[in-house]
Amino acid sequence: MLELRDVSFRVDDEKDKEKDILEHVSFTLEDNKFVAITGPNGGGKSTLAKIIAGILKPTDGKLFFDGEDITDWSVTDRAKAGISYAFQQPVRFKGVTVFDLINLAAGKEISLSGACQYLSEVGLCAKDYINREVNASLSGGEMKRIEIATVMARNTKLSVFDEPEAGIDLWSFQNLIHVFENLHKEKHGSILIISHQERILNTADEILVIAEGKLVKRGTREEVLPGLLNAADAPEDTANCAIWQKGGLN
Amino acid sequence: MDTIQKELLEAVSGLHEIPVGAYNIRTNGKTEARNSTEHIEILPRESGDGIIIRIKPGTKNESVHIPVVLSQAGLKETVYNDFYIGDDCDVTIIAGCGIHCGTDDGSQHDGIHSFFIGKNSRVKYVEKHYGSGDGKGQRIMNPETIIEVGENSYMEMDTAQIKGVDSTIRKTTAKLAEHASIKVMERLMTHGTQKAESRFIVDMNGEDSGANIISRSVARDDSYQLFQSVLNGNAKCSGHTECDAIIVGNAKISSIPEISANNSDAALIHEAAIGKIAGEQIIKLMTLGLTEEEAEEQIISGFLK
Repeated sequence: MLELRDVSFRVDDEKDKEKDILEHVSFTLEDNKFVAITGPNGGGKSTLAKIIAGILKPTDGKLFFDGEDITDWSVTDRAKAGISYAFQQPVRFKGVTVFDLINLAAGKEISLSGACQYLSEVGLCAKDYINREVNASLSGGEMKRIEIATVMARNTKLSVFDEPEAGIDLWSFQNLIHVFENLHKEKHGSILIISHQERILNTADEILVIAEGKLVKRGTREEVLPGLLNAADAPEDTANCAIWQKGGLN
Repeated sequence: MDTIQKELLEAVSGLHEIPVGAYNIRTNGKTEARNSTEHIEILPRESGDGIIIRIKPGTKNESVHIPVVLSQAGLKETVYNDFYIGDDCDVTIIAGCGIHCGTDDGSQHDGIHSFFIGKNSRVKYVEKHYGSGDGKGQRIMNPETIIEVGENSYMEMDTAQIKGVDSTIRKTTAKLAEHASIKVMERLMTHGTQKAESRFIVDMNGEDSGANIISRSVARDDSYQLFQSVLNGNAKCSGHTECDAIIVGNAKISSIPEISANNSDAALIHEAAIGKIAGEQIIKLMTLGLTEEEAEEQIISGFLK
């Protein structure tokens, strides 16, 4: 179980003024839940994901994982404790192969066929990819799939995905949605997924809306989704929903 | 051979024992063992300062091992090895030099390898350099490789110097005939106060010749590296040179790619990048449970693989 208690993240902007990226965000993520975070661009969603993974440290507030205060834990310690994080822009490595990366993710020596299994699950023909380097020769969509495969190979209690659809064409993403649906069905622990995709939001047990650094709405998809979709469909009618005045739902 | 010599031999050539096929094993300035085969003849040079390797035309799927091991301190030598590779061959040549230095006297091995490759042949040349021992004496290696690739032939050179060599000046020159091509993969790691210079000069003289020179290096601590790659396109040809280098600590690296098109149909590309390990690469591996140090090691070992 992950708990965020009053988490804030403040930075100095260009004019040396303090800017709040996240303000007093609190929520609890129960075990084996599929929770989606959505909201306008620049609202603080990716910052929140990085704070959970330990890449950024909150300026205020605390994080608890299975009852332990992990606020000061390193990225490594959190990974070992069972938190996985899929980058929005996956990192490329010269010389490191897809197999190497999946092996590192699994945390133990796995067989070639074991590694291939993960690639097949994300829709990549394993034999074409397993020995390829995770370098610039792979497309954005291929990188995203490999990124998701590494998180699956970790098989941890919590997986955080930062906009898995970003940088993938819509057609390819349609094929990836079932990966998340399966992840949920097969109960691969808890999933926290930042997304703007209606089908992903539809899959979620719960949706959190983050805008201007604040958690503005939280509820089941039945409670949250109709309001979001109406706002997106009728951007001119935003008087009743201040957060959509700054660009709305992408 | 004693234990140290055996260890060096294994480090540079992967050999645990006497190899099959043709070989010449040189330890502490003398030939330890030599074997010629039906198709590959190894003879001493008349001047006594090296060997001549003649590979008969049509020799396929055969290999030659010519490792050099120096475990005696204070030894300085210059050795010439001349390879004559006939037409229609497909052979692998494995060279390598290991120096062990347990005292304050330095050791130096300057190996000058010349390759004269006939027509329609494929040659793979693997070269490893390695230094060991706790002595303060310098372990110095200055390999020079002179290559002439004949019509329609292909040479692949795989060279690595990963550990323990204090100072090295590597020089490789190649001349390519029509339809001849060369591919070089160089991997280099320096640490401490080591210095390494590596220069390549390739003359693409024949029509449709091609060169691909790739260097990947890691400079740690206070070490220094210089990489220079000169591609001269003297005919219709294609050339590519790429130097990627990672800096760890206070190391310094210079990279000088130079491409000259002396013919309007020469297509030449150079790429060079030097920098620290990208922070996001380390973070990515940390999210997989590696520590920062483990992540760095993993990135470097993959990079030099």
